[in-house]
Amino acid sequence: MSELRVLNTRAPRIDAPAKATGRAKYSDDLAMPGMLHAAILQSPLAHAKILHIDTSRVRKLPGVKSVITAKEAGLVKYGVSPARYDETLFAFDKVRYVGDEVAAVAAVDQAAALEALDLIKVDYEELPAVFDMFDAMKEGAPLIHDEFPGNVNAEVHQEFGDAEAAMAQCDLVVDHTFLSKRQDAAFIEPHSCLAHFDLDGRLILYTSTQVPHYVMRTVAMVVQIPVGNVRVVKPYVGGGFGPKSEATPLEMSCAFLARETGKPVKMTYTREQVFLHSRARHQFYAEMSLGVKKDGTMVALKNKAILDGGAYTSFGIATVYYSGSLLGGPYKLKAMKYDGWRVYTNKPACGAQRGHGGVAHRAAFEQLLDITAEKLGIDPIEMRLNNIMTTGDVTINELDMSSLGMKECIEAVRDGSDWKNKKGKLPKGKGIGTACGFFVSGAGYPIYRSDTYHSTVVIKVSEDGGVATVLTGSAEIGQGSDTAMAMIAAETLGIRLSDVRVVSGDTDLSVDLGAYSSRQTLMTGHATKEAAEQIRNKIASYLAQEMDSDPESITFADGIVKFDGKPGNFEKIRSMYIKEHRGWTDPPSGEFLTFREAARLAFLKGGTLVGTGKYKPPRLGGSYKGAAVGTSPAYGCSAQVVEVSVDMETGEITVDDMTDAHDCGLAVNRTQVEGQMQGSLSMGLGECLFEEVKFDSRGRILNASLGEYRIPTALDMPNVKTIIVESGEPNGPYGAKEVGEGAIMPTIPAILNAIYDATGVRVNELPVSSERLFMAMKKQQQQ
Amino acid sequence: MKSIIRMTVNGESVEAAVEPNRTLTQFLREDLGLTGTKHGCGLGDCGACTVILDGSAVNSCLVLAVQANGREVLTIEGLAENGKLHPLQDAFVEKGAIQCGFCTPGMILSAKALLDSTANPTETEIRTAISGNLCRCTGYQKIVQAIQTTAQALQGTEVS
Repeated sequence: MSELRVLNTRAPRIDAPAKATGRAKYSDDLAMPGMLHAAILQSPLAHAKILHIDTSRVRKLPGVKSVITAKEAGLVKYGVSPARYDETLFAFDKVRYVGDEVAAVAAVDQAAALEALDLIKVDYEELPAVFDMFDAMKEGAPLIHDEFPGNVNAEVHQEFGDAEAAMAQCDLVVDHTFLSKRQDAAFIEPHSCLAHFDLDGRLILYTSTQVPHYVMRTVAMVVQIPVGNVRVVKPYVGGGFGPKSEATPLEMSCAFLARETGKPVKMTYTREQVFLHSRARHQFYAEMSLGVKKDGTMVALKNKAILDGGAYTSFGIATVYYSGSLLGGPYKLKAMKYDGWRVYTNKPACGAQRGHGGVAHRAAFEQLLDITAEKLGIDPIEMRLNNIMTTGDVTINELDMSSLGMKECIEAVRDGSDWKNKKGKLPKGKGIGTACGFFVSGAGYPIYRSDTYHSTVVIKVSEDGGVATVLTGSAEIGQGSDTAMAMIAAETLGIRLSDVRVVSGDTDLSVDLGAYSSRQTLMTGHATKEAAEQIRNKIASYLAQEMDSDPESITFADGIVKFDGKPGNFEKIRSMYIKEHRGWTDPPSGEFLTFREAARLAFLKGGTLVGTGKYKPPRLGGSYKGAAVGTSPAYGCSAQVVEVSVDMETGEITVDDMTDAHDCGLAVNRTQVEGQMQGSLSMGLGECLFEEVKFDSRGRILNASLGEYRIPTALDMPNVKTIIVESGEPNGPYGAKEVGEGAIMPTIPAILNAIYDATGVRVNELPVSSERLFMAMKKQQQQ
Repeated sequence: MKSIIRMTVNGESVEAAVEPNRTLTQFLREDLGLTGTKHGCGLGDCGACTVILDGSAVNSCLVLAVQANGREVLTIEGLAENGKLHPLQDAFVEKGAIQCGFCTPGMILSAKALLDSTANPTETEIRTAISGNLCRCTGYQKIVQAIQTTAQALQGTEVS
């Protein structure tokens, strides 16, 4: 790694100055002349037949330019996975949750749009509703979608090895159940979109999304525009964390209304609408059994999952598969059985969120591991070290751990937290806990069945040779992908980071599936590297001709070019460059040929200097049903140790210390890797201790605001000791793999295990509020 | 019925006619085009719309534009001078305190209000000062470090 010049540094993000000065434009910061404002009418009832919609009064309201319902917008079914398209833009026969979209209006200003909503008259016939996932599965429960009896949206049954037989051979089998709660992503930027048709009649959609490519496809399908006539542009995005990984009714409504009116149309969700749109973390129920040998060797795992999906599928099929497949590692198992059900309820739909499908089941499993270790009298860290996989291992469900620094992560947090001097030695009310996890570096397959490249990239060098611009459809959503791509391009081209620009998030630039499943560093990174290599090779080839040297002898680093490590005789190229640019401010100088001069030569020889790169994973995974979910070219992994204080009188929990180690293969940018780790822990801490979207008895969200739905503040988060492990991933660009999601995996169970260590009480239900812990402690005292 | 208001925004005097229910956030973003002030919730929960009003950090979504009449407003756009970043902005860039950036303007202004009144704040004082500015990306650690670094630099002490 010593030869790296740009990668693995702490270079500041390339977009940071624009963001620090308020110049960075997000979707809601955009405006166009003549722009109309839109608003969506949403159902006040959780489950009801729509008998009649009367929009006649709205159409007469001054300032209203268009009203659309299912009648105008049509009934094209859409969703995330083509196998479960179960949504239409507007409800037509019935509404299925409080917030289901019924109509949209465009008006001259926001106030007029909102006034118009009040004038739309909808006659509903209320139906019995079901809000609890267990109730929804019972016989006689209200049916939410006619096509899905028992409200079962998807079910998965997988078995690897013979679980029953393996369990029978175990010395100890331990059971555990766990219930998590619906978490909101709570990104600070609400969804926002501005749609207009350009002079060529193309739909241009500026929108706050993680996935411009998928939005382009879905909007084209639903609004019925040829996909070539839809361009999606992602301005700066204020966080996504998963729920912005699919097309929204907001985007489709704006597109429709822009076509209806011939004017630009803008809409931004209120914070309440962000909660109503949701697509965030499911509620999970886990029922698990772990079978082990006396010496602590793990043998078999049985895992049952029930997921509360809400009213529509969204990403849910993948979610219910992930809850099983992401327990295949990082421990060796001889057998694993998984049964999962995703259930419809009359609540907002849940989707993908950081650590997709894996977080709650990882929490349950890592608690179960600790319970088992205690029964066997084995230290939890030792228990894990004795069972972990290493590089080259393949999980029982056929996931290939092509690099896995699990051992290094566990040892790093053990030593970094001074575990040996603390575990079992802390006073009552103080506790220490640990947990591990792993996650994909990009999904092995696109959402729709296709042989498409997952990422393509174009790099174009300016005609003077001074600037390389990376053009990509990938989505910078705050995670730092623009900077990562700039660094990969700079490293590969052998130029300074400051000489690279990135234009991203635009479907006109390249194909990129977007920012989900922690895929861009690896996949867009590969394509960026390949494009840069192509440029470097072109330049080397022209230079070799010009200098009469061997292209293999030419090297590029720090913006200068060397021939067999020496300056070479480049005088002719330099004098030509200086002559061409007479009077310019920055003539090339120094004892070596600059990249700029070399790239200019290539331009003169071959025209505009462009490189293209592409990436798609090889065929991955097994051949069983659902084998695709969980496959990835590489897996990141992590371990954490958490220390807590518990007020034994009140149950109040303070997280005092967190030590986190993550194997990201190679840290493209060390500061940003730490940032992903610390952010993941913060999100996990919130989910563990206080986050829960609550509903009343009629399915209305009780806490659809960031005041009443509490996420961690600066006062809740401790400083995290952040340790980067770099195992060098053979399938990643320069050895890099994921960090953005895997880092959240151990957080909840590490906190829960620490709370147990502090109190002797196992809490099996989130969030662990003071009240819940207090009641659990009281119950135990009484027993 | 619109009222005429006058205020100083980022050192320049501004005069405008506004509806009585127009918030300062709307006024800054939509009337003055100062979109660096972000709108995250409209309820004073998230802090993304924080500006400095007569020296104090406030949620501009909870202030009516007419209430700012005769007063002095500093937004994120007014912090850099002649293109040179304020030390807080520099530190946020350098320390990796920015990810999605949506909380950044409000966060920086809350930090500035703190440093203007407390030159050498403790970590708890820093965390308290920004506790009304929600950030979902960073876990706050690098933000706190950036503010600490700035406080030290402004005091002329050694910066680690």
